[in-house]
Amino acid sequence: MNKTYTYQNPDLIKRSLDTLSKILTKKWAIMEICGGQTHAFMQTGLSGMLPDEIELIHGPGCPVCVTSLELVDKAVAIASSENVIFTSYGDMLRVPGSESDLFSVRAAGGDVRVVYSPIEALQIAENNPDKEVVFFGIGFETTAPSNAISVIKAEERKISNYSMLVSHVRVPPAMHAILSAENNRVQGFLAAGHVCAIMGLAEYFPIAEKYHTPITVTGFEPMDLIRGILETVRMLEEGSTSVVNAYKRVVSPQGNMQAKRIIDQAFVECDRQWRGIGMIPMSGWKLNTVYAQYDAELKFDVENIKTHESEICISGLILQGIKKPYECPAFGTQCTPQNPLGATMVSSEGACAAYYRYGNI
Amino acid sequence: MENNKFENFSCPLPIPLNGQVAIGHGSGGTLTKNLITSVFYKYFHNPILDAGNDFAEISAKGSKIITSTDGHVIDPIFFPGGDIGKLAVAGTVNDISVSGAIPKYLTASFIIEEGFPIKDLDQIAQSMQQCALEADVKIISGDTKVVEKGKADKIFISTAGIGFLKNGLIINGSQAKPGDAVVVSGTIGDHGISVLAARNELGFSTTVISDVAPLNNMIQSVLALTHHIHVMRDPTRGGVATTLNEIAMQSKVNITLDEEKIPIKKQVHAACDILGFDPLYVANEGKVLFILPEREVSTLLKALHAHQYGKNAVVIGSISQSSNSPKVLMHTRIGGTRIVDMLSGAMLPRIC
Amino acid sequence: MCLGVPGKIIEIYESEKTKMGKVDFDGVTLEVCLEAVPEASIEDYVIVHAGFAISTLSNDEAAETLKYLKEIDEINQQLHSQNI
Repeated sequence: MNKTYTYQNPDLIKRSLDTLSKILTKKWAIMEICGGQTHAFMQTGLSGMLPDEIELIHGPGCPVCVTSLELVDKAVAIASSENVIFTSYGDMLRVPGSESDLFSVRAAGGDVRVVYSPIEALQIAENNPDKEVVFFGIGFETTAPSNAISVIKAEERKISNYSMLVSHVRVPPAMHAILSAENNRVQGFLAAGHVCAIMGLAEYFPIAEKYHTPITVTGFEPMDLIRGILETVRMLEEGSTSVVNAYKRVVSPQGNMQAKRIIDQAFVECDRQWRGIGMIPMSGWKLNTVYAQYDAELKFDVENIKTHESEICISGLILQGIKKPYECPAFGTQCTPQNPLGATMVSSEGACAAYYRYGNI
Repeated sequence: MENNKFENFSCPLPIPLNGQVAIGHGSGGTLTKNLITSVFYKYFHNPILDAGNDFAEISAKGSKIITSTDGHVIDPIFFPGGDIGKLAVAGTVNDISVSGAIPKYLTASFIIEEGFPIKDLDQIAQSMQQCALEADVKIISGDTKVVEKGKADKIFISTAGIGFLKNGLIINGSQAKPGDAVVVSGTIGDHGISVLAARNELGFSTTVISDVAPLNNMIQSVLALTHHIHVMRDPTRGGVATTLNEIAMQSKVNITLDEEKIPIKKQVHAACDILGFDPLYVANEGKVLFILPEREVSTLLKALHAHQYGKNAVVIGSISQSSNSPKVLMHTRIGGTRIVDMLSGAMLPRIC
Repeated sequence: MCLGVPGKIIEIYESEKTKMGKVDFDGVTLEVCLEAVPEASIEDYVIVHAGFAISTLSNDEAAETLKYLKEIDEINQQLHSQNI
């Protein structure tokens, strides 16, 4: 399928940009909520092609970046334990904890493995019955069904040496938190297409209405992104507030019902600490009590963890869109992808990593 | 019984080895000699090696001597398109060749894990000789060590190479000049993706095979037509992006690429999409980057297209200007521009 | 984390009581969990994220591009009529 060339057609992009320029009468600050969108904007060079009137504010849509320091420290503690195979998505390995990170645990001899899905982690558990296999279950709504399935199937297949360290976060509560903050500058939102593919659109209408902020659901190709900006600016210029689905080929208003059923079976909503932002009520998921035996926080004794952040890192301000990466004094000097001080420089979707890699042209 | 005492001494008779390399094979004694004769000497033959010394004597005949060394730890050792042996020979041949020199001799040192199947060792040695024949190089010196099980992952090979540079050419990373064109000899990312698929860890399969190949003949066919080449380098670990960044820094220039022109197989693109990789950072083992004056490009392409390893050669960019803070930039498909940075950290472990 | 890539289902099977499929991406084949798309059949397109199909995809790119072009034209016409 030639998706690359259809949705990356330079003429189409140019026409969109021309039309955008024509309808703009003032400056607008638009937040793209998802790290995948940030990455796509920068990797394609689209961010540098937008008219000056558009300020793109990068949101906290990078689950690696917002996983709480406490949970990273717990992951390090569990991974350092005897007899544990600790599995995770690759990006989490170098996220700095208070004292260490998973990569250093591996270098010191811990069995830390990168997996591409939790189902692979479950298989590792089945193949290693004498070890405890833990999966670091981070992510937004997009990875929730996959993480849920691994626990559901573990229970069905009676695999007892598997557990998950859950750090799920949800987008709508984060949007509420951002828009209700005192220093909020965000006027329009690009909502994350794959999150909405799972959850549907229902939670976004109340947000748009309460904060008079238009929201456009976008995909990740350049055409999708510029379309999202165009729709959002159109609403802003008209003074209208709505939720527009600009990713209809994937997103339906009700979302993926089966995926939601799977999530409901394994997870319940809970308060969640967002690294750099703080506690956002009911913004996360944890395993429901039926699956308590698969909850790594209950299985392992990881209380009494003392957390402390780097004093230099301003990830939090970046995640909230208050500062840009290049405004950080450590950006590119003390803090680089090789020596990250904070999660936004480690993650492939983190704003700091994107700016470092693709530049600010 | 008396016999018990003698069982603890090393037995001079070969123990049935079940076709596996044993610790004794690394001892330097008869077992080692047997292994070398039955496997390595079966394939590696030349008067210098046959002399049986620990060193090899060669004469320079008024040329500059170019040398290079490399370690090979690739996992898996057998992959679509080649194996660690072919990789070892081609890798060092290519490192020498990109100076403009003609590679002539290789040395090879093997570190083998106890229990390694001899038939696999045999296959690797055969593979090395086939590649050496294609490249017209001789393996003139070698060493074999065996370590206990678990102390090495199957087999590691180190090679060193020697080549001769007669023609007064100065081809190296600091020679790129503003206005030069950047040419790649073929599609990028094939090796890294095929090796990753062969590892079977990520649940994906592909028909892409590694591009591993000795490129000295292709390079010499270019130099036969034109000497006006400023830089040649093979973009191995870290891919085209890392290699171009290195050259940019050595030459103190900015390099600009055209995304639309970069040749990438559809499957490699798709695999990179799935894995979240950028093909510009994926390793190649059978490609060369050329940087040369614009006016020589058609001659270069003519030579490359005529060669089996250069059929997809194409111009992918240019040297834009001198710079004290060198950058590699890329005009993207949609008409934007972005920076192409060095690879930071490990993307694909042990693919070389 | 939102990295989702569209691919075509070429095979469906069950493994360890889990609905799985082989999905083709331009010649690369990936084993994908299809538990969240029970209605999907062979030849359907799905969006795959980390080895898991999160949604089916309607694959008519030409139609979608056309629709978008119409939207842009509409906006331009509106602007034009406003300027008169």
